[in-house]
Amino acid sequence: MEQIEFNYPAKRKVPKGAHVGVVGSGDLEVLLEPAEGEVAHVSIRTSVDGFLDTWKAVLDRFFTKYDGAVRIQINDAGATPGNVQLRLEQAVEVSER
Amino acid sequence: MSEYTGVRGTVWFHAFTGQSSPMHGDPKSVLTGDASLGKEYARFLCVVPDPHGRFPCARHGEVGLEEAVTLATRVRQVIEHDKNTIKRPIIAIVDVKSQAYGRREETAAIFLAAAAAADAYGSARLAGHPVIALVVGHALSGAFLTHGYQANRILAFDDDGVMIHAMHKEAAARVTRRSVDELEKLGKEIAPMSYHIRDYAKLGLLYKLLHVENPVKPSRKEIRNVQGELVAAIEDARTKPVDLRNRLESTAAREMRKASILVRTKLAAQWLEK
Amino acid sequence: MSNEGYNARFINRQSFIELDARERAKALFDAGTSRELLGPFDRVESPWLAMQGVTPQEDDGCVVMKGKIAGQAAVVVALEGAFQGGSIGEVSGAKMTAALDLACADNEKGIRTSAVILLETGGVRLQEANLGLAVIAELMASILALRKHAPVICLTAGTVGCFGGMSLAAGLASYVVMTREARLGMNGPEVIEQENGVEEFDSSDRALIWAIHGGEQRYATGLADALVGDETPQVANAVRHLVSKGVPPVHRSSQVALYRNRIAKLDTSQQWNPKEFRALWTTNGSDEENR
Repeated sequence: MEQIEFNYPAKRKVPKGAHVGVVGSGDLEVLLEPAEGEVAHVSIRTSVDGFLDTWKAVLDRFFTKYDGAVRIQINDAGATPGNVQLRLEQAVEVSER
Repeated sequence: MSEYTGVRGTVWFHAFTGQSSPMHGDPKSVLTGDASLGKEYARFLCVVPDPHGRFPCARHGEVGLEEAVTLATRVRQVIEHDKNTIKRPIIAIVDVKSQAYGRREETAAIFLAAAAAADAYGSARLAGHPVIALVVGHALSGAFLTHGYQANRILAFDDDGVMIHAMHKEAAARVTRRSVDELEKLGKEIAPMSYHIRDYAKLGLLYKLLHVENPVKPSRKEIRNVQGELVAAIEDARTKPVDLRNRLESTAAREMRKASILVRTKLAAQWLEK
Repeated sequence: MSNEGYNARFINRQSFIELDARERAKALFDAGTSRELLGPFDRVESPWLAMQGVTPQEDDGCVVMKGKIAGQAAVVVALEGAFQGGSIGEVSGAKMTAALDLACADNEKGIRTSAVILLETGGVRLQEANLGLAVIAELMASILALRKHAPVICLTAGTVGCFGGMSLAAGLASYVVMTREARLGMNGPEVIEQENGVEEFDSSDRALIWAIHGGEQRYATGLADALVGDETPQVANAVRHLVSKGVPPVHRSSQVALYRNRIAKLDTSQQWNPKEFRALWTTNGSDEENR
């Protein structure tokens, strides 16, 4: 089990939180909450160790397009980068509705 | 180490009732007897092996279809009989190998037969009968849910031959893809996974752990001691609520089932919010 | 209906099975009346999983929602089959039990409150073993207490089905609702094959599995009260109907004489053809059987 943290700069206040996904095999759940300040903080718990670089790559890419001030928690059970991306986008979509 | 033999149930049933046979019309795998216990008259029930039973998958101490509906019948008999009078104690002597694993059992809905037995025990408890489970050997999974786990109070012998668990070690290892050794190691750190009765006792579900020198061949004195403990458990059950809250309110539970207690508190608070 | 019409209807059907636990629970309520309790943001998760290298889910795979069904107060508890096979752990079990106990308390105050339990579960979560087993016993006790006041409806839609200790909870229910895809039984085919060999149960024989455990068989042998298509409005209607129906005069699990007699009459010298078994256990026990 690994716990990984990331911080990204943020500009925008976010209207509301969102929860998407299920911690099923190959899947993940994302909890997104509005945060104070100008930082987006990401906290990941994953049962698949050794993919720090992959997580960073996915999140770096995600945050080039997203500037919300949020706290994101991810509980992961071996999702592919594609699935992680999908769930993050779903969470954003729900929070912006 | 703690191989199931199914001997203890028969021994203790006889110790309390002086009987060794099933009631008329019952399968040989269910012993039911009424006997005095302290100042009261109690019904004792026990599931034992019957190598010549009708169902091939329930011949070695498993709780199968016949066992479940017979337990249900004999417990309901007590509820009906005591409808307008003192609710006599019902003692489940537990030493069961497992539920019965068979195609016939699944076809004939063993899940329902098991529920019927649990219904009877639980309904007896709700009606005011002190229902006591005495685990003298093994209490596994669906078999324990059927016979014993609806009791007001659970007592167990503090002995290596006593085991309460959700699944046999070998099967559990297979399902969780670990070795038996790894499982045993995990059990040392994670009390709910342990196969040892002393670790089970830490969970706060037991009323009492009883020390018995020789659980397979108890002396008269030991039998009297255990009877005394049953009487104490009965008295305790009679003076307290009939639900299972004691399993969350014990000192040990307050330590080991913190998350359960938190869930109940938080849910109650949110239930009322609007 | 024309072939085209049928295809369109099939494509447009809202599959209930494809919904996750949260969506399934919500779909059962009267529109706009439901709210979730102890949701993911309350972060009450399993204290036992992370230490074993298993990623926890913030709702521990159990969704509790309160609201109205058919205009009456109801609580829905839905197990998430995709998380640890819907298995019961300390927290998910506590949520279920607490929800039913609160519903029972409301009934005692005069607010009739039913419970619907969505069962997609293999039974006890082995990573929490004895706490899982214990809480199932407690859930069974809670069902027995609640069902005196208001119906406890168990719904299994698939794809996990309802197995293990939780099948006893289904056995205690006031009503059982199943789809054809769903399965209900104490022991799954793999477990039976492991314990008693492939002759006893060939777990690769899918037809056999559904012939014994499937919704249609359970309905045809009187073990389920409703068989519904995998369509959300159908499922919701069936649940609404049963909530309105109220507590049955006798619960199935209390019909001991009926089942004792049926089991006594079985010829155990051979395995049974499940289709032929339906003739033995018709939906309504005759007076003869009830004696």
